[in-house]
Amino acid sequence: MDSLIIISTGSLVAICGSILGCFLILRKMAMVSDAISHAVLPGIVIAFMLGSDLDSVWMLVGAGLVGVLTTFLIEFFHQKGKLQTDAAIGVTFTWLFAIGVILVTYYAGDAHIDQDCVLYGEIAYTPINPIILKNGTVLGPKALIVLGAVLLIIVLIVSLFYKEFFLTTFDPSFALATGLSASLWHYVLMSLVSVTTVASFESVGAILVVAFLIVPPASAYLLTTRLSHMILLSCCFGVLSAIFGYYLAYAIDGSIAGAMATVAGVIFGVVFAIAKYLEKRRAISNLEQMTLETSK
Amino acid sequence: MNLETLIEFFSLQNPNVRYVVLGSVLLSVSSAIVGCFTFLKKKALLGDVVSHAVLPGICISFMVSGTKDPFLLIIGAFLSGWLSIIILDYIVANSKIKEDTATGLSLSVFFGVGILLLTVIQHSGNAAQSGLDSFLFGKAAALVGKDLLAFSIIASIILIVVYLFYKEFELVCFDQEYARSIGVPVKRIELLLTSITVLAVVTGIQAVGVVLMSAMLITPAAAGKFWTNKLSVMLLLASLFGAFSGIAGAYISYTAPSMPTGPWIVVVLSFIAILSFFFAPEKGILIKLFKQRKIRLQLLEENLLKSFYKIGEINADFTAARSNEELIEIRRFSTAQFKEGLSRLSNQGFIKKTNGTWSLTNDGLQKGMRVVKLHRLWELYLTKYLRIAPDHVHEDADTIEHVITPEIEERLEKLLEYPEADPHSSNIPYN
Repeated sequence: MDSLIIISTGSLVAICGSILGCFLILRKMAMVSDAISHAVLPGIVIAFMLGSDLDSVWMLVGAGLVGVLTTFLIEFFHQKGKLQTDAAIGVTFTWLFAIGVILVTYYAGDAHIDQDCVLYGEIAYTPINPIILKNGTVLGPKALIVLGAVLLIIVLIVSLFYKEFFLTTFDPSFALATGLSASLWHYVLMSLVSVTTVASFESVGAILVVAFLIVPPASAYLLTTRLSHMILLSCCFGVLSAIFGYYLAYAIDGSIAGAMATVAGVIFGVVFAIAKYLEKRRAISNLEQMTLETSK
Repeated sequence: MNLETLIEFFSLQNPNVRYVVLGSVLLSVSSAIVGCFTFLKKKALLGDVVSHAVLPGICISFMVSGTKDPFLLIIGAFLSGWLSIIILDYIVANSKIKEDTATGLSLSVFFGVGILLLTVIQHSGNAAQSGLDSFLFGKAAALVGKDLLAFSIIASIILIVVYLFYKEFELVCFDQEYARSIGVPVKRIELLLTSITVLAVVTGIQAVGVVLMSAMLITPAAAGKFWTNKLSVMLLLASLFGAFSGIAGAYISYTAPSMPTGPWIVVVLSFIAILSFFFAPEKGILIKLFKQRKIRLQLLEENLLKSFYKIGEINADFTAARSNEELIEIRRFSTAQFKEGLSRLSNQGFIKKTNGTWSLTNDGLQKGMRVVKLHRLWELYLTKYLRIAPDHVHEDADTIEHVITPEIEERLEKLLEYPEADPHSSNIPYN
């Protein structure tokens, strides 16, 4: 039962990450998600300090705001300060993260939070942290419920506004011409990324969320050119990483989240090799075709 | 903060303080220098990748050797950091995956493997492993003599390499094509640059930890870039910022022992950077906004004066009083702009207000006349010399009339032989 809960939690993170990650990769924003996942730290700490018991909904809202703030700062330094994007990202998130670490150290005694948990989480604790209603009904593991809700929100927003996301991703100038605001959808996407990060930071940690946001979509990107196929494939890779990662961690007694990221990396390696092989074979058959035609 | 602690701190009598201060300064300066080059190559996030990617190397070298000897761990870290960059470059070169995605991919997978290995070591019950995770979060406040020795050796290596290959690095950062054409081995120089970046990161993360290491590389360089365009000055500024933050971080954690050194170094560094972004002369955000405002106001004022002049042309009476409605009719302004422009003009003595109406002063008349003259001269120039149709020249003249200098004005007049009228047969005024 526990293993089922852990694998489901991992899969939920993977599916949330895959859907958003595909857009991030296509918009060349992969590193902005890395920045957001680190920058939400001060937001999380402040939320911990304000409420003695962590109120999930407010945490998610707060995280969304911090994510938007991070995105805004990056854009601001880039556009007003003419600072190159990579440096704008680097300066912004390290600064916010440093403030977060200082807050964690300062309030270490008061809040139930430490650096290890933020950086690489512990998904193994998911089953022993259930939500229990006032009348005593056990709803189920908290991480699972929160992530489920987040997935629902993501699926709802992305499917309702698929056209908007699609257009602003592939053809920003056309989108602008039809009256869509590219920056609005940029910020919506980034808030969803922040919410996902916070929802999963307790289970997989801030840095491994990035593995789920980037690695499965990148693998899928190698195999297809259609966005809908890419999202589906990416979800499959993500879920596979969660399943095999769990058993890898179980076998060698290590961090489950770390193992899931490792498996995601292995899957990418295999897909990369297959894609290269296919490409080579296509090139050879093209060549053969050409020589056949010329010899006729 | 009291004076006694300050003196005690800066006298460096306490060996512990000495280690922390010297260690932090060495690290900050060497990573700031390396960071300038990665920044200029637009690969600022390279440090981020390497700092996450060293973890598996550290774990494997611990698993193999069974000890926490800093030199052995550094070798392991160096190799895996280096490998992550090689893989990143390979993916970008051999697939359609873009650089940012490959960066995040390499970073997160290496870190995932690292976390997996680290937890395996921790669960193995090996007593020697405790403290291995200081690589994750840094332990600047707990530096000892042996660490300092390792830092000094590595910092010297970095400084010597940068000194020896300064010209080559500069060329590779600014103009690869040119570098290649004069026979600089670009690939090998890039490899060397990658190697010293990895070296700087590997030592640095022991002080500030994985995540904050990228700040040690990027932030001083980004701050320095706002003050200068010269590489040598940028390197100097970045190292100064680094050194200052190193000392400040060490001092803060000395006065408040619960405060971590590494994050404070980064916060001080970021503070310097953000101040630079806003207040640097020439490139700062504030000076740019100020310049934009100045231009906007100049346009507004000159356009208003032009309106006064044009109303005056109708009855050849330029200094009569005009109502707001009359002015708006000539050229539309937003209400706020209209009010702001009029009050600025009357403060400068170009117009004066009587009973709610405005009239041009003599200075205002001269200025308005000049703008109109430039507008019409330019229209004539465009139609006569560039053969542009008369109905297409107004927009362009509307922009250029504000920036023509007296020298160009004179040459235009001579070239066009002091014309009487513009392409629309409006009179060109001379004073």
